[in-house]
Amino acid sequence: MAREISLKTIDDRFRQKIKEISGQNFQQCFQCGTCSGSCPMTEHLDLMPRQVMALIQFGQADALDVAKTPFVCASCHTCMVRCPRGLDLTKIMEAVRLVKLRRNVNEIEPSNLQPEDVTEMPQVAMVSGFRKLTS
Amino acid sequence: MKIAYYPGCTLKTKGKSLETSALACMGQLGIEAEELERWNCCGAVYSLADDDLIHIVAPVRDLIRVKQAGHDKVITLCSMCYNTLARANELMRHDEEKRKTINDFMDEEPDYTGDVQVLHFLDFLRDEIGWDKVKEKVTKPLSGMKVAPYYGCTLLRPKEVAIDRADQPEVMHSFLETLGAEVVDFPGAIQCCGTYQVLGNPDAALKVSHDILSDATSHGAEALALTCPLCDYNMSKRQDQMLQKYEGAREVPIYYFTQLMAIAMGIPVEECHFELNRESSVQLLKSKNLVTG
Amino acid sequence: MSIVPQEETTATETKMVPIYIMGKRYEVPATLTIMKAIEYAGYKYIRGCGCRGGVCGACSTVYRKPGDYKIYTGLACQTVVEPEMYLTQMPFYPANRTTYDFGELTGTPDEINRLYPELFRCVACNACTKVCPMDVQVMDYIAALKRGDIQAAAEISFDCIQCGLCASRCMGELPQYHIAQLARRLNGAYLTPKAEHLQTMCANIDAGRYDPGLAELKGMDLETLRNTYQSREMEPASAGEDWTPQDKSHL
Repeated sequence: MAREISLKTIDDRFRQKIKEISGQNFQQCFQCGTCSGSCPMTEHLDLMPRQVMALIQFGQADALDVAKTPFVCASCHTCMVRCPRGLDLTKIMEAVRLVKLRRNVNEIEPSNLQPEDVTEMPQVAMVSGFRKLTS
Repeated sequence: MKIAYYPGCTLKTKGKSLETSALACMGQLGIEAEELERWNCCGAVYSLADDDLIHIVAPVRDLIRVKQAGHDKVITLCSMCYNTLARANELMRHDEEKRKTINDFMDEEPDYTGDVQVLHFLDFLRDEIGWDKVKEKVTKPLSGMKVAPYYGCTLLRPKEVAIDRADQPEVMHSFLETLGAEVVDFPGAIQCCGTYQVLGNPDAALKVSHDILSDATSHGAEALALTCPLCDYNMSKRQDQMLQKYEGAREVPIYYFTQLMAIAMGIPVEECHFELNRESSVQLLKSKNLVTG
Repeated sequence: MSIVPQEETTATETKMVPIYIMGKRYEVPATLTIMKAIEYAGYKYIRGCGCRGGVCGACSTVYRKPGDYKIYTGLACQTVVEPEMYLTQMPFYPANRTTYDFGELTGTPDEINRLYPELFRCVACNACTKVCPMDVQVMDYIAALKRGDIQAAAEISFDCIQCGLCASRCMGELPQYHIAQLARRLNGAYLTPKAEHLQTMCANIDAGRYDPGLAELKGMDLETLRNTYQSREMEPASAGEDWTPQDKSHL
């Protein structure tokens, strides 16, 4: 997928926002791909974590706004433990999620949960799921 | 020995087998766990956003309750609670600015400075009780039972709250060895079960949980021991779906670590509430003559 | 004792205080409740006013005081005005109320979770408790429900008058007061122990156990009935639990 990277497409405010929310200097990422190799969710992602990092570095807000990867991330912290640059990718993923969720957008709708799933599920699933996936 | 105990949202209903078996074991070891009189759900996941403090309020409130009850240590059984409480505690200890904001916001509560110690039952057993003491209480060793220790994420990551090494943890290995089990080491022990993605991406969560279980069995495990009610849901309650969906998927009995401890200590089986486990869990114990009837 | 006329207060002598109703300043008598002060100022309640006795939950007021960041609340019919307070009435606050066939419920936590999954969006910020005009520990009953303790939630929420202020402040967007009502209903119908002796007694009545005695009374003339009543054997006030009457034929 070719993307135009130019002053026209780089959204610097988005980059600032991600930096503010995550507290991480994502420019340190040197695209080694250790995160992608460590992620347990790899086969379910539309973008590898490394690609998410690249898109953030280039302020590609539009692409990240429709990306599934941040919402498939389970915050397991494996990438963070292994990142040779010491970046906390879980915080960066959270920041990308929050940029969207804070516009009052829900990734999942609590009221649309199947009654039988709610009956089966432990409370901790809903508490954590709503935290991560609802606004 | 008295210690404050924080159960968390799931341990009174869906995860009560974790609580009842653990409390029975504590009783055997002479540990008096005093459940906090007043507590709220910790939020299960620690907020990862630097500008979001409201989600830290819930765990901090619980830590304040620990102090109010006159304790300086609190023990958890659910590893997600452990992680959330411990990380909130670290923040209150080390981040002066955020500490002040949170304390100011909770103007109805006394200020908190992070002076409670948050422990998980596993590191409490290792560091404060000692495996020797635990071993003394083992009356029915789990001999010949090949158990894979599953740590998951929240006991090991991130480093500031890890109860053991993130890459090669040992605490649960030692725990199971103490109980007399044959410990099956496997790489999946530290991998993620998919956790809350059971809501957002249930298929993905099922697959990663299945990967862990097949990794465990391919290394010779007969069963898996774990510490978290959400891991338990993903790997035990949803196992039927795996058996249907994935070719070659095998039935794997799943236990809370405390259930195995209770069995090894000869605690009445009712305390384990095995009705909440897979049927195969009881069958395996019967086949090893650890449970009769 | 005689009434001294000079001590009688009249409207002109009453101490007046300024209050702000929806931003507009009014001078009202300092002794009035908010509800009466609003009426004194010329407003007429056609809604948002019910029992005037502090139990119906229709007249919640939200107010602030100058130079004070805190949000104050009260029931307009119970709260006396304070100088310089600025207030608005909150007669209703929209909140998700699910429909359910109560007869199909059995009193398990899962039923509440299913009807109100947003329960798990609570972050324990405690804004609900702080805003409750009845001093209900709202956050605590939500905490109890999250862990599946319906009975505790029913007890903690007992004083709730359904005014809805908790829902107005909730960052998790929970309808606390509706959830609590469901908890109290489930507790009352399914979780509170049944009075077994009452059921036995009802069954006995249905089976005609007391019919002969009643027929006997009905057949008496007035004089006999009066004498029977007056000479009846009464349980002494100091009787213990094991007391039984001499004549056991009607037990």
